Amino acid sequence: MKTVSKLYTGLIFLFLYAPIVVLMVFSFNDSKSRVVWNGFTFDWYRRLFEDKEILNALSNTLIIAVITAVCATVLGTAAAIGIRGMNKWMKRTVMNLTNLPMVNPEIVTGVSMLLLFVFLNDRIGILKPGMVTLIIAHITFSLPYVVLNVLPKLRQMDPHLYEAAQDLGCAPASAFFKVVLPEIMPGIVTGMIMAFTLSIDDFVISYFTSGTTQTLPIAIYSMTRKIVSPEINALSTLLFGAVMVLLIVINLRQIRDQRKQKLRRKGAVKA
Amino acid sequence: MKKLLSLILMLCCACSGLVFTAYAEADKEGQTLASSTGVTINVYNWGEYISDGTDDTLDVNEEFTRRTGIKVNYTTFATNEELFAKLSIGGSDYDVIIPSDYMIAKLIRNNMLEKLNFDNIPNFSLIDEKFRNPQYDPENAYSVPYTWGTVGIFYNKNLVDISEEEIGWDILWDPKYAGQILMFDNSRDAFGISQVRLGQNFNTTEPADWYAAADDLMKQKPLVQSYVMDQIFNKMGNNEAALAPYYAGDAAIILEDNEDVGFVIPKEGTNLFVDALCIPKGSKHKAEAEAYINFMCDVEIATANIEYIGYSTPETAVRENLDPEIAENPIFYPSEEILANTQVFTDLPDDINLLLDDLWVQVKTGGSDDTILLVVVLVGFALLYVGVLVYKKTKDRREQRAARKK
Amino acid sequence: MKSKTAAIPYVIWMLIFIVVPMALVVFFSFTDRSGQFTLENIANVGKYSTVFLRSIWLGALATAICLLLGYPLAYIISRAAGGRQSVMIMLVMLPMWMNFLLRTYAWMTLLENNGLINKALGLIGLGPFELINTQGAVVLGMVYNFLPFMILPIYSVMTKIDTRIIEAAQDLGANGRKVFSKVILPLSVPGIITGITMVFVPAVSTFIISKMLGGGANLLIGDLIDMQFLGNSYNPNLGSAISLVLMVLIMICMGIMNQFDDGENTGGMMI
Repeated sequence: MKTVSKLYTGLIFLFLYAPIVVLMVFSFNDSKSRVVWNGFTFDWYRRLFEDKEILNALSNTLIIAVITAVCATVLGTAAAIGIRGMNKWMKRTVMNLTNLPMVNPEIVTGVSMLLLFVFLNDRIGILKPGMVTLIIAHITFSLPYVVLNVLPKLRQMDPHLYEAAQDLGCAPASAFFKVVLPEIMPGIVTGMIMAFTLSIDDFVISYFTSGTTQTLPIAIYSMTRKIVSPEINALSTLLFGAVMVLLIVINLRQIRDQRKQKLRRKGAVKA
Repeated sequence: MKKLLSLILMLCCACSGLVFTAYAEADKEGQTLASSTGVTINVYNWGEYISDGTDDTLDVNEEFTRRTGIKVNYTTFATNEELFAKLSIGGSDYDVIIPSDYMIAKLIRNNMLEKLNFDNIPNFSLIDEKFRNPQYDPENAYSVPYTWGTVGIFYNKNLVDISEEEIGWDILWDPKYAGQILMFDNSRDAFGISQVRLGQNFNTTEPADWYAAADDLMKQKPLVQSYVMDQIFNKMGNNEAALAPYYAGDAAIILEDNEDVGFVIPKEGTNLFVDALCIPKGSKHKAEAEAYINFMCDVEIATANIEYIGYSTPETAVRENLDPEIAENPIFYPSEEILANTQVFTDLPDDINLLLDDLWVQVKTGGSDDTILLVVVLVGFALLYVGVLVYKKTKDRREQRAARKK
Repeated sequence: MKSKTAAIPYVIWMLIFIVVPMALVVFFSFTDRSGQFTLENIANVGKYSTVFLRSIWLGALATAICLLLGYPLAYIISRAAGGRQSVMIMLVMLPMWMNFLLRTYAWMTLLENNGLINKALGLIGLGPFELINTQGAVVLGMVYNFLPFMILPIYSVMTKIDTRIIEAAQDLGANGRKVFSKVILPLSVPGIITGITMVFVPAVSTFIISKMLGGGANLLIGDLIDMQFLGNSYNPNLGSAISLVLMVLIMICMGIMNQFDDGENTGGMMI
């Protein structure tokens, strides 16, 4: 790389990371000040773990994210398989439906769901805003991502594989699980990870559909509206650390898988 | 072995009994509450408005759970209007809310509050006579006062060079402090300040008055650094701003946090408010909510709570318990002379409320004079788009023609 | 494998939780509080044209800055060596995994009058500058939050450019600048289009960034909608009308953007 582009890349990354680094550094500051360094402490972390509101919000967030990821993956994978079998006109209609929540501004989606849940609750007496509506809302906005990740994998798959398996005596169900599923697995996994992270990170739609339930982003929002305590910095640091570890683990696994595949290929060639 | 077990059991019972008698003293209905164990009530309160265990103070909600077994899901709002919106849109199941006077009247009028069963709130007897049967709840059927207070100006002594006596509401319109003024981020409180300046009644039903007040606020807008609620704690604490109108009770935290900040109640008059505990319609745990309200009025609990949040108590017994430095502090307990010069907010008719909401949005959104510039820029963008479209179309056509010729 | 039926649960789900809520938004826009038909809400949206113009202007500005900053970086990354490339892309994505409220909060502490930036400038005898509570701060917040949305799609399109095309252009005598303007730039247009939509849509409808960095005086459309539903002036009918107008506005913008796209599916969805 030339020096100019090196310098440029450095500046952009400085812009991206400087605020986060400052945030993290001040989570260890032995004072409420966000400017002056007063010495090192783990105090804010201790307080964070004693904060019941935050812990409660964290557990809510994780429960919602897990349920969302599982439901959205199942529904979305089934949908992708169904869409694959549709004729052109139907496919276009369903894909438009899929794209709608992705092009729509988040706040409009949130507001519209609020109206729906309130309507259902007032008129029919079901789906009181809370945990359940949060899960429904999260499944709804993450479904398209699963569909769009699985569809290309289905397209890449040889369509005759499934038929061949059946010709060889597989029942349709086992043909699906033994032949199709492994082929599209990478798409499903990516979709699932996306659904999970989107759910954990979502604020706007949760804000409108949560009722009295607190998720982590909602708790963070109310923290920023009160006396700001460096607890919030400690929380940021922990979340950032968790994400970094997760990404490194995923990357390492990918590298290992690639190496394994290479070895297998070599073995196959030798044989 | 069995003996040992029963001994342990007995000890446990005795311990919990001790705790329970402590509570039963204040609440004769303590027995019925034993069945409430495991219930969670949703409490919706203002931000920074409860003793939450910071700096080794009493964690009021935790103490409530410890004594009664009822869990508390505690969430906060920033303004009365936000609370009203959250309740109006429906679907939320709050059990205890703490609105201010005028909002309580509005909620009663809209049939959004439950009548309280005062048999479950024996501690209501501790509330001072003058806070009973208030204007906003004339029969005192819906609310139990939580705290009261006035509105004044927080000022940074290093940044404001005139003496405390000279500070009046006009200072918030003084161009000298442009960019250093914080302002209320809710309509009633913001308009209230203009209304004092203009000599209006806070509860005027004359639209012209409201328009005049809105004009006044628009004039102030260029000087305002930001419209805030509880962000004021940090902004005044970090010397980010010079002046900020806010609730007197918060002086307890702000003045302690930053020695350079002072508080003054302007002589022109101010707003006197009461915030009270209520139960919204549709609460699923009314008895437990009433137990919570009763608990908040308990002298020991209320003392610890008031000591932390700083707002003024409606219970003489609590005030007597307080550190004299707080109990005799004119910020929290102003003289009769100052109190005589205050007005309260009352519920406004619906059409005035709508006008007020509309004017408030106008104040916050309008006022910038670069609209024309924006229009010009936008039209420019649109023309650019059209230009590109036309260019593309003609290019396509030319190419088609060229292809056909070949 | 013709199993259209697999998509049925998905279609029903999307109808109930996407289409019905949208219909409710439309219904609320055209009714008053008692449920009577009215055009008043839509007519009243005109009163807030300043807010609309401001949102579009700031959103467009943020998008333009994202493009200017992001395009060179995407180019640099796509030309880097393989291993370094994936590391850099991970670095671009990493901040996105942190909640945007925390990222915005980080800037809040930096931009304050007594914040780190002004303190640092003070050391070299400059300032203090009024950084926070300005429109500039809002744009900065948008750029910071949405920059990766610009970099990633452009990058993914650039990596797909066949290096042989570039080599061919070079062989035919094109210099560096020519290669860029005649080959790389035209081929990366789909990525630019996706990037622009992915930045502009969330930027124009954002509602917390302006609150946290703009001081409450630089209200955007998102704040206005929030105010009508869960904020300081409860009026869901007006709120719905504003949402509807916002939705239509974004659809038009995207329609115009699609004109630049040569009808091909960009498929620029990335994490």
